[in-house]
Amino acid sequence: MKYFAGIDVGASTTKAIIINGKKEILGYSVNDSGADFEVAAEQAFEDAKSGVGVVDENKSFVLSTGYGRRNVQFADSTKTEISCHAKGSFQEFPHAHTLIDIGGQDSKIIKVDDSGKRISFKMNRKCAAGTGAFLEEIANRLKIPIGKLDGLAVKAKEETQLGSYCTVFTATEILTKIREGVEVEDLVKGIFGAVIKRALEMDPLDGNIVMSGGVVAHNPFFVQMFSEKIGKEIFVPSLPQYTGALGAALYALEEEGG
Amino acid sequence: MAEKKEKKKSKIKKIQSAGHMRKIMADYFYELNNAAKAGSPKIAWCTSVGPAELLLSMGFLVYYPENHGAILGSTRTANDYIPVANAIGYSPDICSYLTSDVGAFIKGETPLTRAYEGIEGVPKPDVLVYNTNQCRDVQEWFNWYSKELNVPSIGITTYRNIGEIHDYHLEAIVGQIKDLIPTLEQISGNKFDIDKFKHFVGLSRDCTKLWKKVLETNTAVPAPISFFDETIHMGPAVVLRGSETAIEYYKLLLEELEGKVAQKDGAVEEEKYRIYWEGMPIWGKLRDLAEFFIDLKTAVIASTYCNSWIFDAFDPDDPFTSMARAYTEIFIVRDENFKEKYIEGMINKYKLDGILFHDSKTCPNNSNNRYGMPERLQKKLKIPSLTINGDLNDLRCYSEEQAKTNIEAFIEQLEAK
Repeated sequence: MKYFAGIDVGASTTKAIIINGKKEILGYSVNDSGADFEVAAEQAFEDAKSGVGVVDENKSFVLSTGYGRRNVQFADSTKTEISCHAKGSFQEFPHAHTLIDIGGQDSKIIKVDDSGKRISFKMNRKCAAGTGAFLEEIANRLKIPIGKLDGLAVKAKEETQLGSYCTVFTATEILTKIREGVEVEDLVKGIFGAVIKRALEMDPLDGNIVMSGGVVAHNPFFVQMFSEKIGKEIFVPSLPQYTGALGAALYALEEEGG
Repeated sequence: MAEKKEKKKSKIKKIQSAGHMRKIMADYFYELNNAAKAGSPKIAWCTSVGPAELLLSMGFLVYYPENHGAILGSTRTANDYIPVANAIGYSPDICSYLTSDVGAFIKGETPLTRAYEGIEGVPKPDVLVYNTNQCRDVQEWFNWYSKELNVPSIGITTYRNIGEIHDYHLEAIVGQIKDLIPTLEQISGNKFDIDKFKHFVGLSRDCTKLWKKVLETNTAVPAPISFFDETIHMGPAVVLRGSETAIEYYKLLLEELEGKVAQKDGAVEEEKYRIYWEGMPIWGKLRDLAEFFIDLKTAVIASTYCNSWIFDAFDPDDPFTSMARAYTEIFIVRDENFKEKYIEGMINKYKLDGILFHDSKTCPNNSNNRYGMPERLQKKLKIPSLTINGDLNDLRCYSEEQAKTNIEAFIEQLEAK
């Protein structure tokens, strides 16, 4: 059996996904990117392969994407995460839409047309405000495990308004709010709100909206908040964190002429 | 040895005329250095689009701090000096030419000493002459030197956001140019001579015409010279305009580029896409970006920046008004409508596939993405645009990985078209 692999080496996590020639997902895996992207990519790839009956002899094509795409020595080709996210998203939502991807280090807004062609894209400026890194930093300051943010935010009575653009200044602002007696739940909802605000500043959100990325995958309440703020339904792929990796695998399939 | 090895690996094609340019630039800096030591001729510091022809006609040698700023950027020494200026109250958000140049002066250092043996510092001015058509920062920049060195700072305050140019604009600028003359006479010890003035306006006109032809060789497919090389070869058009030397240089460069056009020898092998660069260069990343685009088979071949030293209006028979017009009709002081039409003209003329806007953190006047222009042009021209964040000199404002991912994704978008 031929297979096609997409490896998305992000700033925070590395995702691998394996598909067959019919574009069916055979396996997938995620691990921390850490300091050695090559090792992280190999690990994710091995884990994705394990248990799905894929053997190396049948390997067809590996395409890497993401921040560390050039560090994946075993990849046959590379493509940017912007193209791969558009591709992966269109696979599940094959109509014109706007994709919002909230990644570990950057956020992207990508628009695709009815044929899946990318019309435009925008990434956040080099600042990490509005990304997963922002949530990680604030969770760390609040001494809350990152995985518990969603559960806290959903219990909030109100959303604390945070005014700063800057992650570091927001952390200071949060300390002030704690001194003022603001509930942690309300603060967490406030930081979700801050991430949403940064995304809304990037580009008008036209037509159908799809959201992807690790933040979306692990925080369903974040998606609900986003949806309420824009007054629109938000579609989320079945494997939101793997959207870029899936797109990479689909490109691998295309490049191999499968 | 290491440098030699690295040069061999470069994918950037050589431009043979560069050797001659290096020589005339060296001569220029040595002449200034000698004059500064001897106290004669007098030295005027002038902003890049200031009244250089008037200064030359009155016997001054002219030095351009903005050129020095670009040298600090391209030698990647700017970030050693910017914090020095920040510390004395000049914000990291203002022009990084200013902050790097002032910082270098405070530290008593300049890349000129490394490039040219025997030069110990920048040539001390006898007068500082600005034109705020670039920005208000140039005036503040010269004000700092004025106080530091006890040298007069005089200049022209321009109009901004001009649509159509009217006579009253020109009259006001002519009046301001004429007002400079008494001070310049006093400092230089030379009387103003209209014939000399006409002579230098004529030389600048001839230089600018040749520079325009140089840039226009890139209407050919493939284009013979990249934007990144143009920014270097623009040096003589900036600092040696009003001289035969610059004219001779551009004849040489033009001949070489016309030869490349005839041989279809493009700056980028297998040129697939042609891009417009709007905004300032990222001086410390010229070579890096040039190679990056070569790998993407993409030619960045037209720009607002390099075209800003084309002064069509110069007319030696009407030197004051034509100079006022030349320095008032430049892109940077025009309104959004003018700028959009200008870029539209360039897109068609150079057969371009996309526009890259450089949002230069410390240079708002050259960051034309900030009032919705990319979106408007994209809609109107039906070609994509991309904005990258960076800066002319302050590399702290440039995130390499993000910029490159954006550019690469942009080219992938063109490929998928």
